[in-house]
Amino acid sequence: MIVATAGNIVVWAVWVVAVFACLGSGIAVVSFSNPFFSALALIGNLGSLAVLYLLLSAEFVAAAQVLVYAGAVMVMFLFVIGYLGGQADAPWAGGPSWQTIGAIGAAASILVEIIVVVGIKAGGRLSNSHDVTTAFGSPDGIGRLFLTDHLLAFEITSIVLLVAAVGGVILGHHSRSLRPEEVEL
Amino acid sequence: MNGPGIAWYLAVSGFLFGTGVLGVLLRRSPLIILLSLEIMLNSANLTLIAVSRHYGHADGQIFALTVMAVAASEVVVGLGLIVAMARRDLVLDVDRLTTLRG
Repeated sequence: MIVATAGNIVVWAVWVVAVFACLGSGIAVVSFSNPFFSALALIGNLGSLAVLYLLLSAEFVAAAQVLVYAGAVMVMFLFVIGYLGGQADAPWAGGPSWQTIGAIGAAASILVEIIVVVGIKAGGRLSNSHDVTTAFGSPDGIGRLFLTDHLLAFEITSIVLLVAAVGGVILGHHSRSLRPEEVEL
Repeated sequence: MNGPGIAWYLAVSGFLFGTGVLGVLLRRSPLIILLSLEIMLNSANLTLIAVSRHYGHADGQIFALTVMAVAASEVVVGLGLIVAMARRDLVLDVDRLTTLRG
């Protein structure tokens, strides 16, 4: 019993640290004016989300998050920001001030709507979590689900990735073959 | 389940989604809009994984992995567009990209 309580405290402590890192770096992504620092903050955001996934016993998704997101996708982001150089720097925000106020109001109303709808529709059912075995979220279990029940999603995902790769190549090729003076804008 | 209950995770995910919405609506640099989109996708992933843990089915984790693949494709196309815009000497500012406006 004492061991269980101590474990509970450790889980809470890790959760609080990860959530603060997550929300803080999320706000940092939005508020930094230099895209390079925003991308670095997003890497911190993805890492702390991976910690939350581990607490939810989703080991494979947490590993994929670190490898695919914080590894591959963010390196691509940083390469593009480095390639653009000073051109990537943008003014913080623009437009009249009613746009800013409207944006903040829209974001706040979405947040309130999420909380109210979740509380009304699912408030009573959120208390008792099901127990899971250690196989839950393991690479074994995920792979078995992917290749049996969700085979169609697996195949569609591969087609989506192929289309995106072809699209990336075409976009890069066209923008290289056109000289700036040929483009009428 | 040790530690915080499912409602705490959903609250964190809601705040994260609100932050992403704020970034997409406020900022003008297309790069930062893409980064804020990633935050919104990740908050949806957190919801999927938390609810999947809550009900004890791993199907939500499959959905989260699929969302990750879609997000990677979206980043490839979005960054390709941004690089193409920069090569044509367009200003990287979504308020000033008005060529498609009717």
